[in-house]
Amino acid sequence: SCVHNDEVISQQRGNVTMKLLREQATVCCYAFECSSFLTNPITYGYMDGFDSAVQCVTVLYWVCDPQMIARGKNASDLFPAVVKNVACKNIEVKKLVYVYLVRYAEEQQDLALLSISTFQRGLKDPNQLIRASALRVLSSIRVTIIVPIMMLAIKEAASDMSPYVRKTAAHAIPKLYSLDPEQKDCLIEVIEKLLADKTTLVAGSVVMAFEEVCPERIDLIHKNYRKLCNLLIDVEEWGQVVIINMLTRYARTQFLNPNMNVSTTEATAIVKRKPYVMDPDHRLLLRNTKPLLQSRNAAVVMAVAQLYFHLAPKAEVGVIAKALVRLMRSHSEVQYVVLQNVATMSIKRRGMFEPYLKSFYIRSTDPTQIKVLKLEVLTNLANETNISTILREFQTYIKSNDKDFVAATIQAIGRCATNIGEVRDTCLNGLVQLLSNRDELVVAESVVVIKKLLQMQPEQHSDIIKHMAKLTDNIQVPMARASILWLIGEYCEHVPKIAPDVLRKMAKTFTNEEDIVKLQIINLAAKLYLTNSKQTKLLTQYVLNLAKYDQNYDIRDRARFIRQLIVPTDKSGALSKYAKKLFLALKPAPVLESPFKDRDHFQLGSLSHLLNAKAGGYQVLPDWPEAAPDPSVRNVEVKESVQTYPLHPPASDTASGSESGSGSEESGSGSESEESNEESESASEEDEEEEGKKKKKNVEKIKARKPVPESESDSQPNTIASVQVFDTICKPAWLYMQFLLNPPLPVSVPQTIIPSGNLKTYELLHRITGEGLSVEYCFSRQPFSPDPHMVAVKIQFTNSATSEAKSLHVEDAKLQSGMRIKEFPEIEVLPAGETISVVMGIDFCDSTQAANFQLCTHTRKFFVSIQPPVGELMMPIFMTENEFKKEQGQLMGMNEITEKLTLEEKCQGEHAVVQRVTTAANLSRVPCGSDKECRFAGKTVTSGSLVLVSVVTKEDGAAQLTVNCEKMVIGTMLVKDIHQALTQ
Amino acid sequence: MINSLFLINPSGEIFLEKHWKSVVSRSVCDYFLEAKEKALEPEDVPPVIHTPHHYLISIYRDKLFFLSVIQTEVPPLFVIEFLHRVAEMIQDYFGECSETVVKDHMVMVYELLEEMLDNGFPLATESNVLKEMIRPPTILRSVVNTLTGTSNVGDTLLTGQLSTIPWRRAGVRYTNNEAYFDVVEEIDAILDQSGTTVFAEIQGVVEACVKLSGMPDLTLSFMNPRLLDDVSFHPCVRYKLWESERVLSFIPPDGNFTLMTYHVNAQNLVAIPVYVKQSISFFECGSDGRLDVTVGPKQTMGKTVEGVMVTVHLPKTILSINLTATQGSYTYDNGTKVTTLWDIGKLNPQKLPNLRGSLSLQAGAPKPEENPSLNIDLKIQQLAISGLKVNRLDMFGEKYKPFKGVKYITKAGKFQVRT
Repeated sequence: SCVHNDEVISQQRGNVTMKLLREQATVCCYAFECSSFLTNPITYGYMDGFDSAVQCVTVLYWVCDPQMIARGKNASDLFPAVVKNVACKNIEVKKLVYVYLVRYAEEQQDLALLSISTFQRGLKDPNQLIRASALRVLSSIRVTIIVPIMMLAIKEAASDMSPYVRKTAAHAIPKLYSLDPEQKDCLIEVIEKLLADKTTLVAGSVVMAFEEVCPERIDLIHKNYRKLCNLLIDVEEWGQVVIINMLTRYARTQFLNPNMNVSTTEATAIVKRKPYVMDPDHRLLLRNTKPLLQSRNAAVVMAVAQLYFHLAPKAEVGVIAKALVRLMRSHSEVQYVVLQNVATMSIKRRGMFEPYLKSFYIRSTDPTQIKVLKLEVLTNLANETNISTILREFQTYIKSNDKDFVAATIQAIGRCATNIGEVRDTCLNGLVQLLSNRDELVVAESVVVIKKLLQMQPEQHSDIIKHMAKLTDNIQVPMARASILWLIGEYCEHVPKIAPDVLRKMAKTFTNEEDIVKLQIINLAAKLYLTNSKQTKLLTQYVLNLAKYDQNYDIRDRARFIRQLIVPTDKSGALSKYAKKLFLALKPAPVLESPFKDRDHFQLGSLSHLLNAKAGGYQVLPDWPEAAPDPSVRNVEVKESVQTYPLHPPASDTASGSESGSGSEESGSGSESEESNEESESASEEDEEEEGKKKKKNVEKIKARKPVPESESDSQPNTIASVQVFDTICKPAWLYMQFLLNPPLPVSVPQTIIPSGNLKTYELLHRITGEGLSVEYCFSRQPFSPDPHMVAVKIQFTNSATSEAKSLHVEDAKLQSGMRIKEFPEIEVLPAGETISVVMGIDFCDSTQAANFQLCTHTRKFFVSIQPPVGELMMPIFMTENEFKKEQGQLMGMNEITEKLTLEEKCQGEHAVVQRVTTAANLSRVPCGSDKECRFAGKTVTSGSLVLVSVVTKEDGAAQLTVNCEKMVIGTMLVKDIHQALTQ
Repeated sequence: MINSLFLINPSGEIFLEKHWKSVVSRSVCDYFLEAKEKALEPEDVPPVIHTPHHYLISIYRDKLFFLSVIQTEVPPLFVIEFLHRVAEMIQDYFGECSETVVKDHMVMVYELLEEMLDNGFPLATESNVLKEMIRPPTILRSVVNTLTGTSNVGDTLLTGQLSTIPWRRAGVRYTNNEAYFDVVEEIDAILDQSGTTVFAEIQGVVEACVKLSGMPDLTLSFMNPRLLDDVSFHPCVRYKLWESERVLSFIPPDGNFTLMTYHVNAQNLVAIPVYVKQSISFFECGSDGRLDVTVGPKQTMGKTVEGVMVTVHLPKTILSINLTATQGSYTYDNGTKVTTLWDIGKLNPQKLPNLRGSLSLQAGAPKPEENPSLNIDLKIQQLAISGLKVNRLDMFGEKYKPFKGVKYITKAGKFQVRT
């Protein structure tokens, strides 16, 4: 395939026949005999030079070839020779060198560095494509040493003039992040910058980077939300998928549930304060994604479909059905994924797919897995009106040669019969007919299903039971035999004559039966003994004797147990009186449920949904908020809106003013086909923006004027500390001294105090440094209502100076990237000798890094810092024992940290453990059956990652502490803190 | 996103691997091969497999498995769609997608894959953009390359990726400007034993071959667009205009592409062009049966039905068959699937083709439960069975007068007769 340039080479290399060399190389490559190629000095000499594109291409082809790698012939020996060619002019050679370099750089780190300067030069090239490609390769080299170089290159490229280079920068972000996660903070800055980019080219890539690096930083999206919605239709298809999935999650945190008035749960009925009005931004998202249902790309269609399923009002979800049914025409893999999602959707929104029932009919040529999924959908769609059509269709399926499929069909019939009472008899009759089928698997499956159906109304069907009793002679499938025996035993009163006879036959074959059948024989014997002991006493004893010497201990156990229970002896206890009640109690009929039930707690269309298990990196789809967060956060700055306004006369078509910001022709954001209420919606949107303009001008003032948060108003301006609250161990001695000298103010416990344990108080500003003003803080453990992602910090000012302190406020916060502060409203006057408490919110970004800021009075500024103990970075959540176990099961491996410890003497006993743990960390207790184990649950304040703690106590104060947390750093630190709390 | 790609042939041999992030050992494919062993047919291999450390998402296409390795959450359809694009790209470049073709053009496939993904995220998947970067091989070019020493990689720096319409390359020049549209409709149907339609619908697609210079802006309108029930478009089509005026307005990619696919409402009665009379029976005693199939025209709108083919999937217990066809020939394949393929050709309404004869079962085999179903293939030229008609094609933005043409064709899609 490679073409060669003989002329040039022969000129340069004189006597050596290049032809020979080429043939050699080619032969070597194709015959996969590289050893001679490598060791041949002539060849090697040439490779070192690599003058011709020919050799490069041939050699590079060979080094990239998986066949070679599979044979363990690692081509990394050639590294220096190959990498020299990175500066080659020939583009094909260059590209292949890149491929090679990226592939082997990890193994040859030192040598890879040789090539870096070439790329650094490339980054400065006037041609944007060269800049982009240099960045692309540079960022793909997985060598830790060059991380700073990469970081610099990415930062520069992010502000490049060319959008294509900026796009490449966005691509480079996740690469660097995976190489060195420590760079996260810097990368988030770049992401923030790129998110503000207004070109379609960058949008998809940067959202991808956002999803990989900091999906929890939903706050970065606010300002870009409307822009992303408007650009969406012009973004390339792969980017569309990523953006739509991200926006789904975003919308779940920012808007209210559009179906909340529809749902009938009591909780929402109480909350119903005012009629629901959809946020215009919510509407914008729905409107701008809808045309993408017409995309040729199945992934885009699925992304929009899941967005509608999770976000749209019930009445509007229907539009996705048609598009999803269209995807069913596509490749079988696409069908497979789509059907899985349709199966989940069809449980919640059955009506949506009913008109397309026939599209789920099964062809004999469909692969089995598709057949089974279609069957699932058909079953979910069955209702009183269409059941007869569906059953007729099922009848054809039962004749299929594909036996797995037939078995699934029988199960499906069973499910239809349990769900729709009207057809139960019809189904039962149909299934009974199948009992005479020649295929044993079909019969067995039918028996199992019939058993379940009969359990619902056994009285009317003694003839079916009789019929099945006869089957024991023929049918060999253990599960079916066991089912029949169970039926006869359970309803032996309906077949009083046949039952003992069946037992007689079974007693004969007992020793040859499978274990599950044996157990059922014992069961049958016991039940018959209780109802008809005259006829079956001896048989039962015979069976029990056989079972007594069985090889399987389960069977021996069962026999012993049953003998004690049913055969009255002088030793048998009180239980035998109730034997009949025990055995022949009315058993609830089994519920046949779809395996797809409740799968929609995973975001649809995701890998996790398909596997029904949380895949790595899956972002949980949050529940709708109770109250909508502030919508003004999405208002964009003045500059932008000024740009778009003049394009459209405000009076005639206000809607498009904020909509088609991109202004490009293709952007079909559909301002023509508007609904009636849109006019008013967008008008209000505009108003908001207008308001936003004013706001921007004097942000500071407005912030200061904002109403005092609720939690603040009910906590009294009073001291919260008492002497014993102070942790004397941790505090330096001089502080302790100070308290002795300067007794604190009378204790008064604030009204809102955490359920257990006391609040630890820390010093922010000492009385002496503060020139009479002392400041303390504690983590109030109250949710910070203005922003749920912030930790509430209660700050208490005490003015022990002689003059009053004026205008206390926060200034000039120096924060790590990502961290945010919501300062407290300025305190105008604090008279001498008075104390006042305020609350401020800090988003620590789930790290224990300190928040540094200045505390100002009218005269002085003090540098202070608040560093949170890890336990304060979380807030309690309430979960049940089962939820806890489930979540814990999903946070295994690296996410689980276990430590053995010995409890301190005073700390033994459940109450003490609970108190110490809840004091150390802001967690809530999870109910637990055992008193040896205490469980606690919480989530981190910023990202909402689960934090699960369990303490299992053993004898002599030994205990085991387990922490499960997605964030390993938090987990590790928490283990340390709790360990300390429990042992000291 | 996508970590690695493996191409695997039907016998389970990995003949290409490409990694976009750290190298994943090919032993990861063992999980897939295990699943493949278990499956009776290649189509039965589950598209998504969960292994301890990776997720494997695969497609089966053109007798090859395209297997991708995923490490974190990603929408499965995203990967599946991408893998199909890879297959389409190979097909587009080399005329077919097969193991030999990939092995012959290994270097170029590598280069293409390198451009298609960056760090596992799709970068350039538009055929027009790729072709500008890496030129497809032609005989002429390989001769030229030999003489001049140039290669297939475009040495001009491309601009396609930079434009707002990434699907069209810049500076296209043709001496003959032409635009052809093929309206292809497929009938999907299930007929039951008595010939009643259980389910029928029409799936249509408009394939375009546009060779126009410059930046033409085309508008294609239909006589009866309301017929179309559900549509999906190439990204070049402006959704907005379709919504408001029901016309297709677009700047076309250069060369061949699929402009739109559509679905014709199933509530409108779908015309079924042929009828099939069949009787397949197996005798209770003795080990043989009879087969008798006749095909005739039904609603053909006065056109001739061509390329008629009947495929019968017989039960596995069939030992041999002895049939006679009044028209065309039949072949019998006794491999893993027992099928009879009856190639009829043109349907003559005067003399209906018939296939009849006896089937013999393996000795002692029980009478098959289910009668085999028939799959029908057919073609009708110059007819869109739904009645869809193109009204006109207008061009803006360029001065020249292009040559325009529309062709209609109707085919059988998944057309199955239950017996």
